Amino acid sequence: MSVVVLVCSALLVAGAALAVVRAEKGPSMLDRTVALDIVVTTMLAGIALYAAVYRRADVVPILVVLSLVGFVGSVTIARFASVEPEGEGRVRTREEIAAEEAARRAAEDADVAAAEQAVSGDHHEHPPVDTDEHHGGGAAGEVR
Amino acid sequence: MTHGAWDTVADVVSMVCLLGGAFLAFAAGVGVLRFPDLLSRMHAGTKPQVLGLVLMLVGLALRLRSGGAVWALVLVVVFQMLTAPVAAHMVGRAGFRTGKVRSDLLVVDELTRDLGDANGAGPGAPPDGRAGR
Repeated sequence: MSVVVLVCSALLVAGAALAVVRAEKGPSMLDRTVALDIVVTTMLAGIALYAAVYRRADVVPILVVLSLVGFVGSVTIARFASVEPEGEGRVRTREEIAAEEAARRAAEDADVAAAEQAVSGDHHEHPPVDTDEHHGGGAAGEVR
Repeated sequence: MTHGAWDTVADVVSMVCLLGGAFLAFAAGVGVLRFPDLLSRMHAGTKPQVLGLVLMLVGLALRLRSGGAVWALVLVVVFQMLTAPVAAHMVGRAGFRTGKVRSDLLVVDELTRDLGDANGAGPGAPPDGRAGR
């Protein structure tokens, strides 16, 4: 009995760990969704194993809730999946994020300097006001 | 047989079911890590979602052996059987329309052909309806 429980937990932990590795590797959002779905299902199996070992009928509602939550997550992500550029879905390293941040800061500084120069050159005209307001935008990123 | 003997039988069957369910969850982990594209990973992922979960919950029901809890487990299985196809459909649809499906690995690809037909040029038209639709 305890050997069976040990083997079951080892298999479940190994399966969840392999799925987490796939969720980290990507390469796309949908692969991660599928991998995390498997993690949720493995959690369901783990809770069922726990309830079976200790004869706990009171954790059964957790199984009901978890089986619904996993569904909502994957459907939401699949609904808003969009075409990703090559390499976009990768998890970036700390150095890459720092480099991107530096590039963004430099671009912002350049913009501010240009705007200041324009204002000091001509005091009579107002700076260009962006009259085109954006209210959250449309559903451009969705898959139709 | 006596009452105690039936208890032992139920426990042994429950352990076998739990082992089977755990093995299917492990197989899903291996499959989702090693398979090459989205559709085959989804195929691996469905193993613990239905059969694995049913095995685990049958094992749990044989251990609990009480009415109310077993009906809740039936409810879990029904929810899972209702929601797993919907989620798989949504993920597969989004994957196809964002070009995550590797067409060189497909044996039959009726959707691409039908999209080519639907785009106007009649049967056998080049399938250009893949991405961005």
